[in-house]
Amino acid sequence: MSALLAMRGIGKAFLGVQVLSAVNLTVSRGEVHALVGENGAGKSTLMKILAGVHTADAGTVELDGRAVAFTHPAAAQKAGVASVFQEFNLLPELTVAENVHLGHEPRRRGGIDRKAMNEATAAALADLGVDDLAPTAKVGTLSVAHQQITEIAKALSQGADLICMDEPTAALADAEVALLYRLVVRLRERGVAVLYVSHRLREIFDLCDRITILKDGRLVDSVATADITPDELVTRMVGRRIEAQFPPRLPGTETGDVRLRIEGGGNDYVDGIDLEVRAGEIVGLAGLQGSGRTEIAEAVFGITPFTRGTVAVDGRPVRLSRPRKAIAAGIALVTEDRKAQGLALHQSVKANARMVLDANARVHSRQRLGRIEGLLSSLDLVARGDDQEVQFLSGGNQQKVVVAKWLAAEPGVIVLDEPTRGIDVGAKHKLYSVIRSLAAEGLAVLLIASELIEVIGLADRIAVLHDGRIAGELPGGSTEQEVMAYATGRRSGPSDAEGSEPE
Amino acid sequence: MTRARRLGAALLGGGTGTVFLLLVLIFAGILALNPGFFEGPSLMAFLKQAAPLVILAAGQYFVIVSGNFDLSVGALVGAQVVIAARLIDGEESRTVPVMLVMLAFGIGVGLVNGLITTVLKVQSFITTLGMLLVLYGAIRLWTGGAPTGSLSEAFRTPGRLGITDVPLVGQIPWALLIMLALGAGAILLMRTRFGRILMASGDNELAAKLSGARVDAARTAAFVLSGVSATVAGILIGGFAGVSAQVGEGLEFTVITAVVLGGVALGGGRGTALAAMAGALAIEALFTLFNQMALPATLRPAVQGAIIIAAVAYAARRRTRPALQTTASPS
Repeated sequence: MSALLAMRGIGKAFLGVQVLSAVNLTVSRGEVHALVGENGAGKSTLMKILAGVHTADAGTVELDGRAVAFTHPAAAQKAGVASVFQEFNLLPELTVAENVHLGHEPRRRGGIDRKAMNEATAAALADLGVDDLAPTAKVGTLSVAHQQITEIAKALSQGADLICMDEPTAALADAEVALLYRLVVRLRERGVAVLYVSHRLREIFDLCDRITILKDGRLVDSVATADITPDELVTRMVGRRIEAQFPPRLPGTETGDVRLRIEGGGNDYVDGIDLEVRAGEIVGLAGLQGSGRTEIAEAVFGITPFTRGTVAVDGRPVRLSRPRKAIAAGIALVTEDRKAQGLALHQSVKANARMVLDANARVHSRQRLGRIEGLLSSLDLVARGDDQEVQFLSGGNQQKVVVAKWLAAEPGVIVLDEPTRGIDVGAKHKLYSVIRSLAAEGLAVLLIASELIEVIGLADRIAVLHDGRIAGELPGGSTEQEVMAYATGRRSGPSDAEGSEPE
Repeated sequence: MTRARRLGAALLGGGTGTVFLLLVLIFAGILALNPGFFEGPSLMAFLKQAAPLVILAAGQYFVIVSGNFDLSVGALVGAQVVIAARLIDGEESRTVPVMLVMLAFGIGVGLVNGLITTVLKVQSFITTLGMLLVLYGAIRLWTGGAPTGSLSEAFRTPGRLGITDVPLVGQIPWALLIMLALGAGAILLMRTRFGRILMASGDNELAAKLSGARVDAARTAAFVLSGVSATVAGILIGGFAGVSAQVGEGLEFTVITAVVLGGVALGGGRGTALAAMAGALAIEALFTLFNQMALPATLRPAVQGAIIIAAVAYAARRRTRPALQTTASPS
């Protein structure tokens, strides 16, 4: 195979911080090439340099043997490099066919030849093995998976030789992942190269021919998938073994009285939820995307309240109709999306950390304000100071500010929805031990995570959701297979530990 | 970034500092043309004239920082002056009761603006544009086209007079003292829990709500503060300039220009009350400079328009550059 893409000695610094140095990447025609590394390893930056979003400070890029230097995404597209980022570059009000042919519509007698355009799109989709997507469907109404397909079809219609995909399965349901698999295989058969950035090891080993590993902005290695095992890959990504990933339960942690009790909780999204979390206990909520995990968190916090059933905090029945009421009842929610829901990005660390106290007279006090500084340093926050705007912090440090703002209010029940999403390994470990120490202090912790291993490694009990209901409860330390058996609905009621992971 | 630029940025405290530099430059220009400007009496006269705009800027600041606009302030100032003249009708004894009526009216207009924006979810741009037209039309309907009645001497005192026989400066205008008091109040208010929540609401409404903040109440209160500032400004302008049908016309644009010039971001969440008020002072100083240069007053709207575009463009550039670089730091 001839090298389609050769990036050599790529270096890039932002604000004096070297994020890439001397990185090489070679991709052949028709190859599916994985780019892996921890958060902060430099994967996205490398991809954005290739796509013309950033320009490299050092190094060369060759496409088909010709030296190129894209200064704009449009230039990269023209040269045959297409990118499917997590946010799509589609026009939601136009149809699939219109998006696919945007800028090069087939013309007839001075107008757009819609018939030809729709037929060409249908043919292109059929060629990709997609038969359930109408060329005339409006893109805004499509599922994420179908939007992704549209994006890929668009790239192909522009003659792309190389398609970069950044975490393409992050927002997909399982059935849709299977569709994406088929699509990638079709692309390979057609000789299109795919650069695949993902955190999910299984996808990498299922799909990719070669793997390039980055760590701290440097190239670790580039190997054929057949020559490496998943364990070896993880070790090389993080540079150390991660067996002792989860800190053990702290000594002196006692399981006490029930602090949060939900009985028969239900609304439009979930139903029949019976759940108890005791003081000192970490209860995990597991389940597939859309199973109702986040919806339970949002109901407990009064965002989309339960319309049926009862909730009691510390034995007192509470009506959680708004976040304010939940906060007054001693509940905290670390939301899933820290940038959109958790932080005022242009405000200082201090302003964000005291936001809950400022907003709620019921929890505001001078003593609590005084403790914020100590709280931030106990979380190992790395910032230039209290007055630094949080937008300039790394993801992990931003998350620490979110955690601090809730701990400042000294809650009795804390709900953590995907607390480690998109943060680096160091910050993850810090959060794990924070969660442990919260339990030791007698808080009731409800933990939601889509990384099963987190729930299994941290929770004392795991409630597994399927289709808006609790399909079963498992002890902490259960296997992924056991959890998946409930999560996929193949098992309900008491467990007998059998079943296998779905594809 | 060069060392000089970094030093400059540090001195100016980021973006909102720029307005103070601008203020110094404009004053330097005035000084060059008219060295007598900074002598006590003429400086006091300048500050007296600038006070209403500074007070309006403080009120507008609250609304803008919470993520909205208030376009109704110019019409409200005009309405207040006309109401005062008609209700007082030259009777000294009515001064204080009428001022209280005006205050209630200003609060009421702010409350209506706030509730329509937050409860009915009408964009504030439209709400307050509508309010501008309603006030404008209602006042003309009520007065039959031309303002009637007259203001009392006591009413005109705050806008016109001051503490007399002060060494060096001659007279310290009441308007200046009122401006300083309200300005200090605005700065202090932003340091309270209310101010912090207002700022957070403008920056990220959802995060503020999920932190338990009463975002709608805070935003409505900001409109009320703007209504109060327009009332005070109306009393000062009425006292200073007397009654006419044109009072307050176009003032909403001047004040928004001033606040934006102060580096307060449209859309909310950024900027300080002090910088907003400095922006108002800078606009007034600029117009004074134009007078010194004998430029026609008819030039003002065009200059304001240019300033508002330039200020927003400058802020956008300053913001996107570092932001791009940080979000670009690897996944």
